[in-house]
Amino acid sequence: MATLIDLTIAEARDALRQRKLSSRELTQAHVDAMGKAKTLNAYITETPDKALAMAEASDGRLKSGGTAALEGIPLAIKDLFCTQGTLTTAASHILDGFTPPYESTVTANLWKAGAVMLGKANLDEFAMGSSNTTSYYGPVHNPWRRHGDNKPLVPGGSSGGSAAAVAARIAMGATATDTGGSIRQPASFCGLVGLKPTYGRCSRWGIVAFASSLDQAGPITRTVRDAAIMLGAMAGHDEKDSTSVPRPVPDYENALIGNIKGLKFGIPKEYRVDGMPAEIEKLWQQGIAWLKDAGAEPVDISLPHTKYALPCYYIIAPAEASSNLARYDGVRFGLRVHGESLDAMYENTRGEGFGEEVRRRVLIGTYVLSAGYYDAYYLKAQRVRALIARDFTDAYKKCDVILTPTTPSAAFAIGEKADDPIAMYLNDVFTVPVNLAGLPGISVPAGLSAEGLPLGLHLIGRAFDEETLFRVAGVIENAAKFTAKPPTVGG
Amino acid sequence: MSLDKATVARIATLARIKVADRDLDKMVGELQHIISWVEQLNAVDTTGIEPMTSAVEVTLPMREDKVTDGGCADKILANATEPVSVGEGGFFTVPKVVE
Repeated sequence: MATLIDLTIAEARDALRQRKLSSRELTQAHVDAMGKAKTLNAYITETPDKALAMAEASDGRLKSGGTAALEGIPLAIKDLFCTQGTLTTAASHILDGFTPPYESTVTANLWKAGAVMLGKANLDEFAMGSSNTTSYYGPVHNPWRRHGDNKPLVPGGSSGGSAAAVAARIAMGATATDTGGSIRQPASFCGLVGLKPTYGRCSRWGIVAFASSLDQAGPITRTVRDAAIMLGAMAGHDEKDSTSVPRPVPDYENALIGNIKGLKFGIPKEYRVDGMPAEIEKLWQQGIAWLKDAGAEPVDISLPHTKYALPCYYIIAPAEASSNLARYDGVRFGLRVHGESLDAMYENTRGEGFGEEVRRRVLIGTYVLSAGYYDAYYLKAQRVRALIARDFTDAYKKCDVILTPTTPSAAFAIGEKADDPIAMYLNDVFTVPVNLAGLPGISVPAGLSAEGLPLGLHLIGRAFDEETLFRVAGVIENAAKFTAKPPTVGG
Repeated sequence: MSLDKATVARIATLARIKVADRDLDKMVGELQHIISWVEQLNAVDTTGIEPMTSAVEVTLPMREDKVTDGGCADKILANATEPVSVGEGGFFTVPKVVE
């Protein structure tokens, strides 16, 4: 039998229900592993005492026949989700000491489903970044290394701590959020499954807001089945989020039937970007071959506005961020830096409390929303966004799902791409259009680069059709047989 | 559009973010770089296209206008710096605003 920390959520769930394993043992194994993996810096706050108490409560429910979806399963929670009584930082200095008196809806749903919290996972500050290097609490290390090279690599971002924790077996799964790729890109960099649900599928209530029309919570796990189990527990309508959609949550595990005969999958020609490494193109071709072998039919499609998605995103996301982050003023919570006047206190608090990337985005956002520029930048971007969404609507007249690579490269070293913000933004070239259109997307580990690093394939679905994503992702997972483990993980 | 130091300083004031004078030059360059890059959107013909304001097609729900939460001033003050306790009135405090 595999060691406890190597079990998938599905395996552990079954063993717990059969009373072959207790949540206390399973949770203790993870707490022990966390103690040995501190150099990854995957967690901002570890909550071992809370975890063991929750595990014992779970064991009590299991003893009396409890079968909640995640009963006894230890998870990491991205430190963007407010957790009652546990420090919540968004990886920002400006939230120093903030201990929410309330619980986010998604985490409340997870605890209702029996899950156990191991701690709060590191991330890019306010989820702004693609490498987890903008965190006030320091960068996260990817548990993977290039062959013959011990240089620490980024885990991707912004959900870098969530991905590193799951890859390093110091959490069975993790919550994450995705505004432009922040679930799928780190999942791809760490050899994991990451699902961004349709906008409105999960409640955003109690999640520290970055860009409200783009943010969506989802799971990062080691298998497609585990992602289906977690999403089922996280999703659902919430009156506290008026954009959450009142639709029933299907049993996503039932979608994993392994049969995609007759399904049409689209290959967008615009995703062949300049300078894309040959191994990414090869992986994409391999994905096409796998789906064809399983009886699905490839269809050439066009998403003509793809190249405008990133610049469109870098107007809309900073604009929304500059509004959302206006609340951090030193008055009601978090950091306060004194000043002679009220305005001086605001300016000092925000000048010291926000890191470089957050400051940059708030300033860009303020600029594009300011008098005289609103129409030229913000309204223009919203019109382009409509065209990007329309591209997908047109494409789905010809296909059921779209297949692309997740990222244009494998994980890079900490410090690389640090000088040019736009080079960093290009990480999200394949993932950003999905957020703009509000669609669901999933990254599935599909192979290793020549340097021995994980590479992911990306599926984009129709709105609220996560089931097709799981079904197709399951087929890719079976074909790819991705069993490689990070070299820094024992066993 | 070309950004200068005065414009960036004005934006920083609007955003209530203190930027040291020595950081302004670097920031002008960075913001200019990003703004020039997003201006490629000008190449897209958006005549007659309505701005997209919602990611999903939903009608915002209505609910009865009644109090659903509240009565927890102590919780609201719990994370504030230098609050006046609920017993003494329950206030956030800020530097003097009125002379």
